[in-house]
Amino acid sequence: MTQTHSPSSQVRHGVSTPIVIVGHVDHGKSTLIGRLLYDTDSLPDGRLVQIVESSRKRGLAVEWSFLLDSLQIERDQGVTVDSTRIPFQLDGRDFVIVDAPGHRQFLRNMITGAADAEAAVLVVDASEGVREQTRRHAMLLRLIGINHVIVLLNKADSIGFDEARLKQVEGDIRQLLGRLEINVNQVIPASARDGDNIATRSEKADWYRGPTLLEALALIQPPASRHALPFRMPVQDVYRFEGIRYVAGRIERGTVREGDRLEIGGQGQEATVAEVCRWHAPHHPVAGAGESIALRLEPDLVPDRGDLLFPAGDEAAAPLKAARLRTRLFWLRGEPLRVGESFRLRLATAEHDVTVASIDAVVDLDDLSLSPADEVPPDGFAEITLAVARNILFDPFAPGMPDGRGVLVDRHQKIVGGAPLIGPAALPEGANAIHPTASGVSDAVRAGLRGHGRAVFWMTGLPGAGKSTIARHAEEALSREGLHVTVLDGDTVRSGLCSDLGFSPEDRRENIRRVAHVARILADAGQIVLVALVSPLVRDRAMAKAIIGDDWHEVFVDTAPELCRQRDPKGLYAQAEEGRIAEFTGVSSAYEPPARPDVVVPGDGDVARSVRHLTEAVYRAVR
Amino acid sequence: MALEDAHIMDGLDQLEAQSIFILREAYRKLKPLALLWSLGKDSNVMVWLARKAFMGHVPFPVMHVDTGKKFPEMYAFRDEYVRKWNLDLVLGECPPVEDMDPSLPPAARSAARKTAGLANLIDQHKFRGVVAGIRRDEQATRAKERVFSPRGAGHQWDVRNQPPEFWDQYATPYEEGMHVRVHPLLAWRELDIWRYIEREKIPLVDLYFAKDGRRYRSLGDQDITSPIESNASTVAEVIAELETSRTSERAGRAMDHESEDAFERLRVAGYL
Repeated sequence: MTQTHSPSSQVRHGVSTPIVIVGHVDHGKSTLIGRLLYDTDSLPDGRLVQIVESSRKRGLAVEWSFLLDSLQIERDQGVTVDSTRIPFQLDGRDFVIVDAPGHRQFLRNMITGAADAEAAVLVVDASEGVREQTRRHAMLLRLIGINHVIVLLNKADSIGFDEARLKQVEGDIRQLLGRLEINVNQVIPASARDGDNIATRSEKADWYRGPTLLEALALIQPPASRHALPFRMPVQDVYRFEGIRYVAGRIERGTVREGDRLEIGGQGQEATVAEVCRWHAPHHPVAGAGESIALRLEPDLVPDRGDLLFPAGDEAAAPLKAARLRTRLFWLRGEPLRVGESFRLRLATAEHDVTVASIDAVVDLDDLSLSPADEVPPDGFAEITLAVARNILFDPFAPGMPDGRGVLVDRHQKIVGGAPLIGPAALPEGANAIHPTASGVSDAVRAGLRGHGRAVFWMTGLPGAGKSTIARHAEEALSREGLHVTVLDGDTVRSGLCSDLGFSPEDRRENIRRVAHVARILADAGQIVLVALVSPLVRDRAMAKAIIGDDWHEVFVDTAPELCRQRDPKGLYAQAEEGRIAEFTGVSSAYEPPARPDVVVPGDGDVARSVRHLTEAVYRAVR
Repeated sequence: MALEDAHIMDGLDQLEAQSIFILREAYRKLKPLALLWSLGKDSNVMVWLARKAFMGHVPFPVMHVDTGKKFPEMYAFRDEYVRKWNLDLVLGECPPVEDMDPSLPPAARSAARKTAGLANLIDQHKFRGVVAGIRRDEQATRAKERVFSPRGAGHQWDVRNQPPEFWDQYATPYEEGMHVRVHPLLAWRELDIWRYIEREKIPLVDLYFAKDGRRYRSLGDQDITSPIESNASTVAEVIAELETSRTSERAGRAMDHESEDAFERLRVAGYL
C-alpha cells in the first residue's frame, strides 16, 4: 500500500462511512467482506478461531464467508438471509460494511441495509460478467441514491487476470452504469479469496495502474454539508412540558437560528423562532442539518406532525407544491401493483393518502428498457404517477440527500415500496385523465357507523358447486344479524355491468377485474361483500386479490365435479357436453382450485352447514 | 460570526440525534410505550437520551425485570436514580428456573427467566412498544435486528421475515397482540457508549470500574456474569482500555458460549 490515502485530518472523528457490498449471488460478496476484515486487522480475537473451527467442522478450508453467516439457520441453508453490519478501520477512519444478500426474494433486506450507505462496492465475477442481479442491484443503487460506486471484478484469477477479457467486462459494466446515470469511481480487477488488489497490489495484473480496493475506499469523500441549503424541518411531534410548548423535529437541511421567520407548511401560517431548545447542552441560538432539536415558536402555534417548516417569504427557498407526483418506484409487495390502488405515502414525518394514477413505464431488467405495462411485478422497478387529494410540499429526490424519500405503506402500516419523488407530474390530456380524490372518512369511522368491519369473501368453485346458493343464504343470515352484506354473483353482473362480455379467457379476466373493483368500492364503503364467481384461474384471482387488497378472503366452495355435473342447475353441463358451449369450465376448460384458500366451504352436504361455515368466517373477519 | 454558526456534528452528535429521532418516533407511534431499564451502562445511556428527546423528562414508564439475582449495588443504584431522574418505575418478576425449557443449556435457561418475566410484564400492561438498549456490535444475532422490530403474538421474533426498513421509516404493529421492540442504540458501538458517558457525565454503577484488578464489562445476573481482569477505575481509563482491546464485550456472559445456536434460540423467543 504505497499510494497515499486521504489524510486523517480530512476525516471527522468518530463518523463512520457506511459502504454496502452488492452483486449477483455467488460472485463473492461474503468472501470479500471476510477478506477485508482480515486485511484491515479488524477481527476480534476469537472470531478467526471461530471461522477456522466452523470451516473445519464442515470439512472445508478456511471459508471467509462463515464470518458473516453468524446465524445458525443461515449456515444450514448456506445463504445469507439478512443484511448485517460490520465495522472496520482504515488509517484511523471508521467504515461500516453493510452486507446485502444476493437472492432476489430478499430485496427488502438489501434495501434495509443499503439505503443509508454512502458508497457501494458492486462485486462482479470476472468470468461471468453482468448478470440479472448485477443489473437489479445497480438499478437499486440508483433509486436509493448512492453517490459512489466502486466495481470489483472478482475472481479475476480464474481468467488469469487477462487484460483483454477484463477490459471487455469493464466496458459492459461501465455501459450499464452509464445508462443508469451512476458515476463509477473505479473498476478494480481482483481476487478476494487470495487478496489480490484488495489490500495489496497484485503482481498478476501488472498492466493495472489504478488503486487497490482499500485505496479506493480511502478516497471516498465524506458527504457534502447540507448546511448551506434552505432550511427544512418536518415536524415530528409537539410536546408541552411545564407549560412550555416544544415543536420537535430533526433538521433535514439548512440551519435555523433564533429570530428566523418560518412558514408552517400545510397550514400557511408563519411564526418566529423564539428559542432553539436542547436539554443538557449549552444554549446555542443556531442548529443545523442532522440535529434533533425542539423549537419554541412565537406566536405559540400548534403545528401538526408532518407539517414542513421552511423559510417564510422567500419563494426561491420554498419547497415544491403538487398534487400529482412523478416517482421512481421500487416495489416490495409479493403481489403486483396496479393502477387505482391506494396507499399512504410517507414522506419524512408526513403521511398523505395517494392513489396510483398511472403506471407510466416498467423497467425490463434484461436490458433496462422502459415499456408500458398494466402492472408492476413483485420486486419490480417502474415510473409511476401518484395522485394526492390536495397539494403536498416536497423537495425532489437527489442522491445523498434526505429530500423526496417517499415510502408507500398499506392499510396495515406495512412498507410496500419505495417511491422517490422526482417531481410534479403533468396532467394527462384528454378524457382519460384520472383525478382520484381520497375520502376523508376513516376506516374507524365507517366501522363505527356500521358496527362491524368490512371484508370481501371471494367464492370460487366449479359451475354448479353451490356458490350462489350458499352466498344468498349467508346474505340472509348475516342481514338478520344486522350486518351490511352485498352479494355479487356471476349471472347478476353479466346481466348488466358485464353484459358486453363473453366467455373467452380475456373476457373472463375482464369480468373478474370489474367485479373486483366493484367489490372494493363496496368494501371501502364499509360493506361485507360475498362474490360468487367461478373465477377458474389462479392468475385471475391473484389479480382480483391485488385490486381488493387486505380485505380479500379466498373461499373455495369444494364440491365434487361429479356432483356439480349431476346437479347442473342451469343445464349448462349438458349443453357443454353436447359441444354447444365452448370453453366451459370443468368440461372443456380447466379449473384451478386455490392452493391455500382462507376458507374451505364443503359444497356437497347440507346447505345449512355450508352456510354456517361461511358466516362463521365472516364473523371472525369483521367483528 | 463563528459563534453564530451551527456546530459541525461529530460521530457522537450524529448517534445522539438519530437516537433522539427514534425515541420520538416510538413515543408518537406506539402507545402505551415503556423502556427497559436493566440498570446497565447502555440502558442508562438510553434513559439519558430519552431525557434529551423530551426536554429532561421520560414521559413513559421504565421497566425493570427483576431476576432477583442482580448485584446489591445495582438495586441501590436503581432506587437512587428513580428518585433523581423522576422515573415512573414498573417492576416485573421472573418465574423460577424450573419452569424454563429444560433443553436449553444451564446459563441460557437462567437467562430465559428474564424473557418470561418480560413477556408477562408486556402482556399485563398491554405495551405496544418496548424500548430496549441492544447494539449491533454486541453479538452477531443482534446485528440482524431492525430499529423497529415487530414481535408477533407470543413475542416471537420472526428473523427470516423482517419488514423492510429504510429512509427512517419504521414498521408499526398491525395486528392484535403484537408489539414492537424499539432499538435506539442499534448503531452505537461499545466505545461510543463509553465516550458518550464521559462527555455527558452519565452516572453508572461502580461495578464497571476496577477493584482489586477486576471489573465488569457487561452486567447480567450474578450467577452467569463474570468480571474481566482490568485496572481501569475511571471512565477515561475504561475508554483507553477498550481502544486496545480485542476481545468481545459479552465474553463474560455464559449463555453466549454454550452452543452455537443457544443465543439465537433465546432471541427468537423474545430475549433481548
